[in-house]
Amino acid sequence: MGEAIVVTSGKGGVGKTTTTANIGTALALQGKKVCLVDTDIGLRNLDVVMGLENRIIYDLVDVAEGRCRLNQALVKDKRFDELYMLPAAQTKDKTSVTPEQVRDIILELKKEYEYILIDCPAGIEHGFRNAISGADKAIVVTTPEHAAVRDADRIIGLLEQSHVESPKLVVNRIRPGLVKSGDMLDIEDILQVLNIDLIGIVPDDELVIKAANSGEPTVMNPDSAAAIAYRNIARRILGDAVPLMQLDRKPGAFSKLKKFFGMG
Amino acid sequence: MTVKSKHVRIKGIKDGLVFLLDDKCPFEDLLSELRYKLEHSHQNILTGPIVHVDIKLGSRIVTEEDKEAVLEILKSQGNLLIRSIDALEAPGSKENDEALFLMSGMLRSGQVLHHQGNLLFLGDVNPGGTITCSGDIYILGALRGMAHAGVEGNEEAIIAASLLSPTQLRIADIISRPPDEWGTRESSMEFAYLTNGAMQIDKIHNIVKLRQGLNVFKGV
Repeated sequence: MGEAIVVTSGKGGVGKTTTTANIGTALALQGKKVCLVDTDIGLRNLDVVMGLENRIIYDLVDVAEGRCRLNQALVKDKRFDELYMLPAAQTKDKTSVTPEQVRDIILELKKEYEYILIDCPAGIEHGFRNAISGADKAIVVTTPEHAAVRDADRIIGLLEQSHVESPKLVVNRIRPGLVKSGDMLDIEDILQVLNIDLIGIVPDDELVIKAANSGEPTVMNPDSAAAIAYRNIARRILGDAVPLMQLDRKPGAFSKLKKFFGMG
Repeated sequence: MTVKSKHVRIKGIKDGLVFLLDDKCPFEDLLSELRYKLEHSHQNILTGPIVHVDIKLGSRIVTEEDKEAVLEILKSQGNLLIRSIDALEAPGSKENDEALFLMSGMLRSGQVLHHQGNLLFLGDVNPGGTITCSGDIYILGALRGMAHAGVEGNEEAIIAASLLSPTQLRIADIISRPPDEWGTRESSMEFAYLTNGAMQIDKIHNIVKLRQGLNVFKGV
């Protein structure tokens, strides 16, 4: 029996879909059998980030309404044999499936896959309830901004009232320079308010944008700092004790930085 | 049975009668005198047309049953129509209000905690979280959200927190918004209270100046 993890945030645009795609791919890199589920019906993105948009035949709503079998709707990844994706419908809206239907689909997937990552839509309404209905665990994504932390707090409160196990936190898009100058919330400030376990921090990295646009998850590129961060999160999900990434670049890392900009 | 004492006084007012019941004597004596007066000595005024009656129990603290017993006696006289009964509330409910109710947890954005009485909350109240109380609020943790003490209009209520850093504070009907209204302060355990309708912030050790009735430790 696999484990279903919902990736959620409350606020939009903090990187739920990117996180889902990258952690999922990183788990597949580790040899795990993984299925990604997009529950953002009407505004699906996961297929685009994964570069699988043109392979979609059936979707989540088709499965829920019995128009096809679950296996027919699953899209196999280009890079990994053991990585699949269940896309959301783009022409419907969130209310076209019920939380019970989603839960049944996730339950079915858990028989086949070791990890099911559920990409949750923004908001706390029907779409959120759909997404968490089948989840065992939750990852809450936030960015170092007051608005995102506020929404994460709201989501954590709702998760604590639900059946989902104690949620873990990912702080996304950290810019060490801004944190150092005091212009960005630091990890400690965020943890003090949210008071949940941290499972990873991801630095802001231009390569993530490039990767998402080319339909290739960042995690495939070992030169990207964000890729390393996502791989670390995947290893922590698997139970490894990986220390948190050191964000202040020490002089020794300067050569790496130069290489990063193609000067090395 | 003869009753010489004057525990029950009956006064005529413009549109009825006022029964002034003594608040010092034993309650049983009061009842028996009331019964005696109605059945024997004051029969003259109690016959005839319907009379409105106000009952004043003074500062005697009575329960619902006690009130019922008084009403029972008056109702036995068909022409008395009880209009009002004034008394202090029974001590039972009052004591519960004054006791400090202990609660712990984490109040997150969008969550609301209401308590009838005084509350000691162990944990944080996050921005977007709301804590309301009919009495005082004491928070052993950080108050970053909104706290409203004395929601039913009690201006004596206070709000205290280990870290008083709220988005907004309310006591009774007064709303205050930091930090522009409070200026900069040292961060130590503080409390908010009202003086002349304005919100004030002070260090917790100064609470004895506000609450004279507190048990104060003076050293041994």
